[in-house]
Amino acid sequence: MNRHPLGLYLHVPFCAGKCPYCDFYSLPPTPELMDRYQKRMEELLLLWGRRLGRAVSTVYFGGGTPSLLGAERLSRLLEAVAKGFGLLPGAEITCEVNPGSVDRRFWGELWAGGFNRISLGMQSALPEELQLLGRRHTPEDTARAVEWARAASFGNLSLDLMLALPGSSPETLGRSIAFAAGLEPEHISAYLLKIEPGTPFARRSLALPDEDRAAEQYLFAVAELEGRGYPQYEISNFARLGRESRHNLFYWLREDYLGLGPGAHSFYGGRRFFWPRDLEGFLRGGGPQPEGEPLSSKEALEEFAMLRLRLCQGLTLEDCRKLGPEGESLFRRLSANARRCPGSCFRENSFRRVALSPEGFLVSNALLARLLDE
Amino acid sequence: MDKSKIRNFCIVAHIDHGKSTLADRILEQTKAVPLREMENQLLDNMDLERERGITIKAHAVTLVYTAKDGQDYVFNLIDTPGHVDFNYEVSRSLAACEGAVLVVDASQGIEAQTLANTYLAVDAGLEIVPVVNKIDLISADPDRACHEIEDVIGIPAMDAPRISAKNGINIDEVMERIVSDIPAPEGDESAPLKALIFDSYYDSYRGVIVYVRVMDGVLCPGDVIRMMATGGEFQVVECGFLRATSLEPADALCAGEVGYIAASIKEVRQARVGDTVTLADRPAGEALPGYRAVQPMVFCGIYPADGAHYTDLREALEKLQLNDASLTFEPETSVALGFGFRCGFLGLLHMEIIQERLEREYNLDLITTAPSVVYKIRKTNGEEISIDNPTNYPDPSIIQSAEEPITNSHIYSPSEYVGNIMELCQERRGTFIDMKYIDTDRVDIHYELPLNEIIYDFFDALKSRTRGYASFDYELLGYRPSQLVKLDILLNGETVDALSFILHAEKAYPRARKMTEKLKDKIPRQLFEVPIQACIGGKIIARETVKALRKDVLAKCYGGDITRKKKLLEKQKEGKKRMRQLGTVEVPQEAFMAVLKLDE
Repeated sequence: MNRHPLGLYLHVPFCAGKCPYCDFYSLPPTPELMDRYQKRMEELLLLWGRRLGRAVSTVYFGGGTPSLLGAERLSRLLEAVAKGFGLLPGAEITCEVNPGSVDRRFWGELWAGGFNRISLGMQSALPEELQLLGRRHTPEDTARAVEWARAASFGNLSLDLMLALPGSSPETLGRSIAFAAGLEPEHISAYLLKIEPGTPFARRSLALPDEDRAAEQYLFAVAELEGRGYPQYEISNFARLGRESRHNLFYWLREDYLGLGPGAHSFYGGRRFFWPRDLEGFLRGGGPQPEGEPLSSKEALEEFAMLRLRLCQGLTLEDCRKLGPEGESLFRRLSANARRCPGSCFRENSFRRVALSPEGFLVSNALLARLLDE
Repeated sequence: MDKSKIRNFCIVAHIDHGKSTLADRILEQTKAVPLREMENQLLDNMDLERERGITIKAHAVTLVYTAKDGQDYVFNLIDTPGHVDFNYEVSRSLAACEGAVLVVDASQGIEAQTLANTYLAVDAGLEIVPVVNKIDLISADPDRACHEIEDVIGIPAMDAPRISAKNGINIDEVMERIVSDIPAPEGDESAPLKALIFDSYYDSYRGVIVYVRVMDGVLCPGDVIRMMATGGEFQVVECGFLRATSLEPADALCAGEVGYIAASIKEVRQARVGDTVTLADRPAGEALPGYRAVQPMVFCGIYPADGAHYTDLREALEKLQLNDASLTFEPETSVALGFGFRCGFLGLLHMEIIQERLEREYNLDLITTAPSVVYKIRKTNGEEISIDNPTNYPDPSIIQSAEEPITNSHIYSPSEYVGNIMELCQERRGTFIDMKYIDTDRVDIHYELPLNEIIYDFFDALKSRTRGYASFDYELLGYRPSQLVKLDILLNGETVDALSFILHAEKAYPRARKMTEKLKDKIPRQLFEVPIQACIGGKIIARETVKALRKDVLAKCYGGDITRKKKLLEKQKEGKKRMRQLGTVEVPQEAFMAVLKLDE
């Protein structure tokens, strides 16, 4: 068996309702759909597990709303993972849960089923903001969920926050951060709200903070979270030392990960592929599709740099050298170009490391385009 | 051919008053074209001409009309360009005729260009045949239009044919007037050849096809001809008549006739409009009057948006020049825009037409710089220079005096807009000369306006301030001393040569402010703050700042889906390609264009 670790992502495409800002793939669940989904996923887990012959070191149940499946189904899916792939000792096994959608018993069952990490979609500590976002929970629901999870022995919790919401300010954001930090999770994700085309938010006129105010909130959040003991390790992720999401790191470090489920993306053996956003097609046995043309070695290198630079640790000469002479020249190009960019965009720009600062993360598109200049 | 049966004439009309429609009706009446082949407005055969409703080049056609007296008459209809930019061409076309049909819209009366061209026709000694068109319109007032013609032009008009070219009403009346009122050409067939060139075009098989009106003598295939102004000699391969849809070869072109010559001429520049064609072995003593070497009045830089298309642009300009002797161009380099051409035009419309043809017919994506007129500068050392490019403007310290071209401008408008028009002309540094009432509620406002105030957006401003009712005409008056300055634009401290221009000192502050504001709008925020400065001779007179970029769109890479992130990066790189890199500043191409239209 290949002992090189593999990340596994399972997409659960069900939501009780559609939040007006969200464009992830999800559908309203029915017991019949959920049963068919369960069956198809169990088959695929066995099939792909045997096909790849590799044990997994992280499993992530994302959505959609995985908790809608209920603890029993989730546990059975995890069993199929263990059976098909095998779980490496100490594997990180995360499930996304919507606060307010589960009862106390759920947590015990989930822990018993083998899950050890929870990502709670808290988003905000302000009821009016939650309402605007179309969320069906209250701040108290989040607090209660954390309490129940802790009581059920979960020692690794993450909370999601959203920045730059309509009508928000550093003050309102500060309240959400204080509330989140007060619940003492191990990990916090903080995403800037992005208006996705085709969503209800895109059709509404919202009092969104402008570019400068949104940037201000982001920098405020970074400072605030670091001050509360959650150093940043990636553009949108903060954690107590050693509690970084191992699963997410697979993405940024360009390690192999397999995604199963409609809308799930994979990176395996240098190739990217995905299951179309089509539950029916998926249930009827539809397979994954390649994500664009195979990358040239140059494109692959640039992708590597793009992903590494999302991390606070950035890109090191050493990492690049591992990719051969081309990697080394990529590093030199980046490092030289970085000197033509504002110094405030970097936390480090030395002969051995290029790493972006929060200011740099904010303008990472413009920055990357400049850094990759030939 | 019996000279007494020839009628050479043109049609003079304001845009939209029905010139082309009338020409079509005349073609129909003479059965020059089978009806089914008749495309509307046959004489305007360039797409652009059709769209803009104006004639850019002269066209001519020979028709046979059987009059009510039972005789056949040869009609040579010479269509004239309808815009002030082409006044010289108009005057040469008129010189080829004995008469002009003046078309006036029964609902609108006389407009500036009608009048300008009518005066040209009167000056050329042409018989004017007034016609009142569009009598079918509800708003038509033919009596009033006739009175206006009598009052303004001073010719009898109460018995002018009242027609509807569109509906074919009373067209035969016009035909009969042409026969009865327009004199037959004179000319001596035994005299040495004198033929007036009034147009030409390039044909890729036969070389330049020259349109001529023979004044004296006879021209036959095989003759060696000489162009009296340019001196070129060519052997005539073919000559003949201009039919509506083809050229019809003939054994000879005689005094009084209108036709074409093909003589293996390579470039239209060798057969200039207004030049006299004579025979090399029996030349005329003197050329026909009125020839003028055309001088471009307006210049601008034209650059390919993508530097790789420089050669394509050169080839396209060369091809256009084959047919347009008044277009000039020479290579030019700009730090901001790379390699391109400094092009000279007769006027603003001519410039727009060339730009549009380059983009449309040659599929080129262009960046053009602000148009400039020709300034005359006297340096402190006594040297005099002409400047058509701001880049060459000397340092103020060595300028003793400067002169700019001034126009004689007439604006015709309903009297209710007089206030607006005068305000506009005042803003444009105009000198009021006088104002005449054409009739009770229409005026002719006469101003002397600097040409550089007209070339930017004067037409548009005039239109919007008179709701489209005013018409405008100008001619170059001469040069006058002026307080000129060169305004430079600096981005991040570096001068952007393509954005420099010359203007009157009084206008420098407002324009500098508008330029910097507009550039601030057009230049996206980038990694560094970008100061935009406008300065004159090193003194900064306006400043704006494009703040540094604070935030991009940050894509989530949720569930390992990095496609969005990659798309954003690709978009960023694509956008970068469309930008001009000026030092550390990225400037979108639109920025160069937008500052040309500051009134929007």
